[in-house]
Amino acid sequence: MAVATPAQAHLMNSGFGPFYDGLAHPLLSPEDLLPAVAMTLLAGLGGVRPGRFVLAILPAAWLVGMVAGWAIGLPGAPAWLTAVVTALLGALVASDLRLPLAVVIAVAAALGTLHGYDNGRDLAATAGALVAIAGIACSLFAIVSLLAGQVAVLRAQWARLAVRISGSWIAAIGLLMLGWSTRS
Amino acid sequence: MTRGAMKRGALNLRSSPILLPWLLLLWPTGASAHILGDQAGGFVSGFEHPISGLDHIVAMVSVGLWGAQLGPPAIWLLPVTFPIVMAFGGMLGLMGVPLPGTEIGIALSAVGLGAVVATQARPPLWVAAVLVGFFAIFHGHAHGTELPPDESGVLYSIGFVMATGLLHLCGIGIGLIHRWKAGELTMRLGGVGVAITGCVFLWDALT
Repeated sequence: MAVATPAQAHLMNSGFGPFYDGLAHPLLSPEDLLPAVAMTLLAGLGGVRPGRFVLAILPAAWLVGMVAGWAIGLPGAPAWLTAVVTALLGALVASDLRLPLAVVIAVAAALGTLHGYDNGRDLAATAGALVAIAGIACSLFAIVSLLAGQVAVLRAQWARLAVRISGSWIAAIGLLMLGWSTRS
Repeated sequence: MTRGAMKRGALNLRSSPILLPWLLLLWPTGASAHILGDQAGGFVSGFEHPISGLDHIVAMVSVGLWGAQLGPPAIWLLPVTFPIVMAFGGMLGLMGVPLPGTEIGIALSAVGLGAVVATQARPPLWVAAVLVGFFAIFHGHAHGTELPPDESGVLYSIGFVMATGLLHLCGIGIGLIHRWKAGELTMRLGGVGVAITGCVFLWDALT
């Protein structure tokens, strides 16, 4: 039920083929985009080093998750869990808590695998699924590199504050996603 | 990059790309309008909801105004507290948890926030945050329960959180005038106006 809706809503046909559908997918799926953005902002606030690690790990873990979901096909994470994770990541960004690098890496790996698994599972029935999977991974890599790169070099206090405020918005949206997941 | 090249607080190209993540979130509106059909309506109706009611608008702008009067850290803490607690209220609304007296609460928020702006009240920070949070629950609950059927709850949520944040930002922007004596007075009079508006809504809600 929670999985069926994303499959209908986001597996759109761009007309350009499965790779481009994959590219567009993260940008059109707030359930995936928001936690990915929050993770990236968190890494970026920590500086260049965490940013580089998340750039390497988040898309890669997502890719691994997608292939696993596509191959295994068992139900993935429930919607409420995605919502809670999104809210927590947003709160971490808002608080500007400096986490140890190992923790950031572990969270990025877990997040990527979890969301990737759901994406891969949703794609299992479609033609060109593996190509779409490649598209999704590429799109994420682009998003993370653009965002992390810009956040990591911010020095001005107000700019960091704006990032933290964005994190608080993501936390707020995560809470609402939690409420929404209890309906339908 | 030498220290001299990065002036504290200066708007320079390095800092301005922070808009990018939020531009990414606006993407769904354009693409989804063609592809996802009604689902995109969720974002638009969510965004419109806070600005569709004068009671919502004046309260949220007032949070920004009060933050501007109180200065840092309230200037960013209050507009962060409001959306988060509002989201909690919205979550309750989405879950179907009833909250009695929502309209009264919203009207009272306009009265209360107008009053603190008018008087330039300076309570301890935690008091201000609790007050703002208390009012936020009513606003959030109203947004949550008024989700139009068949629209995407997630996009609706993103819409109203963003609209709320932008209204706070408007309040903060307007609040910059408080540096000048005339501006300070104008803001306080604005607070009086908000409080009166709140009283009108309160009367409406009670009768």
